[in-house]
Amino acid sequence: MSIFVDENTKVIVQGLTGGQGRFHGLRNRDYGTKVVGGVTPGKGGTDVEGIPVFNTVKEAVDATGATASFVVVPPKFASAAILEAAEGGITFIVCITEGIPAHDEAVTYNRLVEEFPGVRLLGPNCPGIISPGKCNIGITSGDIALPGGPVGIVSRSGTLTYQALHELSQQGIGQTTCVGIGGDPVPGTNFIDCLSAFQADPETKAVMMIGEIGGSEEERAAEWIKLNMTKPVVSYIAGVTAPPGRKMGHAGAIISGSKGTAQAKMDALREAGVHVCQNPTEAGQKMVEIVKGL
Amino acid sequence: MDLFEYQGKQYFSKFGIAVSPGGVADTVEEALAVAERVGYPVVVKAQVKVGGRGKAGGVKLADNADEVRLHAGNILGLDIKGHVVRRLWIELSSDIQKEYYASFTLDRPNKTHLGMLSAEGGVEIEEVAVNNPDAIAMLSIDPVRGLDLATARRWVAEANLDDIAREQAAEILVKLYTCYTEGDCDLAEINPLILTTDNNVHALDAKVTLDENASYRHPEWEEFRWSETEDPREQMAKERGLNYIGLDGTVGIIANGAGLAMSTLDVVNQVGGTAANFLDIGGGANADVMAAALEVINADPKVKSIFVNIFGGITRVDEVAKGVLEALKRVDISSPIVLRLDGTNAVEGRAILAPHLSASLITEPTMLDAARRAVSLAN
Repeated sequence: MSIFVDENTKVIVQGLTGGQGRFHGLRNRDYGTKVVGGVTPGKGGTDVEGIPVFNTVKEAVDATGATASFVVVPPKFASAAILEAAEGGITFIVCITEGIPAHDEAVTYNRLVEEFPGVRLLGPNCPGIISPGKCNIGITSGDIALPGGPVGIVSRSGTLTYQALHELSQQGIGQTTCVGIGGDPVPGTNFIDCLSAFQADPETKAVMMIGEIGGSEEERAAEWIKLNMTKPVVSYIAGVTAPPGRKMGHAGAIISGSKGTAQAKMDALREAGVHVCQNPTEAGQKMVEIVKGL
Repeated sequence: MDLFEYQGKQYFSKFGIAVSPGGVADTVEEALAVAERVGYPVVVKAQVKVGGRGKAGGVKLADNADEVRLHAGNILGLDIKGHVVRRLWIELSSDIQKEYYASFTLDRPNKTHLGMLSAEGGVEIEEVAVNNPDAIAMLSIDPVRGLDLATARRWVAEANLDDIAREQAAEILVKLYTCYTEGDCDLAEINPLILTTDNNVHALDAKVTLDENASYRHPEWEEFRWSETEDPREQMAKERGLNYIGLDGTVGIIANGAGLAMSTLDVVNQVGGTAANFLDIGGGANADVMAAALEVINADPKVKSIFVNIFGGITRVDEVAKGVLEALKRVDISSPIVLRLDGTNAVEGRAILAPHLSASLITEPTMLDAARRAVSLAN
């Protein structure tokens, strides 16, 4: 099984007629994802290589029955697009947009929680989600993922997610679902959301968790793992050598004072029984070892 | 973007938060002119983005023109923890009765805003948090609802601010919250927020960090970009639109993706090397980006080898390889380059580089191998 999405998930792309939206939307469809529509205000009635375009999310949902949306719009329009998706009846929103102001994210997140409690937002500033062989929403290259499980992946970083997929696939180890939760300070979906979904998924036998400096989501995840997780977890945390007070590429990857260091995260995870590795390759090898021993 | 104190005070003023009258000065003469305008005594304050400037001799009281001349002359050019003072803020000295602390920042775990208010200001809030946590009144604020005056009034009472200061402080807190949200700050902090002997409340210091992601809606931030960074490498990278952070090591780093770039620094460190920089070239790196990246790294005299770590996803490795060759035609690189190329079209990418490989252009099959090679070349 997969988490959050599967082979029946119908997806619309908000921003399908833009350069990025078109590129990734079509790639997702080519992968086999049910991309059933696009949304661009003012372009309703047109199509992108056979994918019908609608003026609003509501119209797209009414016409196609989509439940998921892929938001690929510039930062200044992203918050409105996310809220429009929720208002239009979408229950799973993937936003890859990088560069959304933190205050907009905070307001959008809280409005979703308060007004649309059944809606899940993945991202912003994330690579998306892929259930190999079933559904790919986002910018991950489908060819580096391998269907069939048994590993679930959750990561704050895009390229490190690809790296993890690659290392496992090369060893013949498949993935149930790979979720990129993104590198912004207010992620819609966090580690615990994904870990609990993987814990509940019978086909996922082990989880790879890739974190980085900044915030305390990894520490919170460690607490959750200690209490609830029975499946093995392998982890790698990027940024051991990052200087404090600097944003390391991702808006959320910053050590503030003594808070958010890689060391504190690794200590917490180790204490929770997680296999903490020093680099992505070592994490891949550890996972191979664990899967072979299952 | 961190603001200097004087910029933070200018920003506060836009939102109606009272600060001491003052002005900036880059020379002793300018300092004198400001002092004559605001009246004596004045405080001469070094403008550096680092804490502990008082202890370092960067903040001095001056009662007259001679003292302004003396202190301004001494402080300009002073080195405070590696930051050389190039600008001063001169302001009218305040008679302090009490020092408080107030700040707003994002509460990441709760995805709300966090207000911190304390009747014990003037010292590092981290120290108060450790030694006397009860002295800090924390307020969790729903970003949708915001902070109103009624809540602020309850908050100043809870924090035990002096009665006489409460109403003024509550009004300042609402303004500071507006500055924090509408002004798109990651951090808006007043430490100390003072009660003067004549019972007025105003901000004596300003610590503001702006959210760069919001710069598209704040054209007024341009004026704050004065010497945003003191590192010439970072200045050069910024002009070329690169996501670069200067470090002290000898291995220059180029990677695609923030996570991979961070991870590259870690791996270089693990195998006994030190990174000269963080540099994320992002997705779809072409020859222009690669040339710009190599140019910036090449300008760093400490760099002894360059590690290019690419995992192709959307970025195609064959395009990166072409970019590297094109960049080498344009820029004369003085250090050997070690490449690790994996992911989308990696085979094609390696084939493109194959005829050009030499002692100064090397490929390695894995990230660890490449790190080891780059470090051995640098050491």
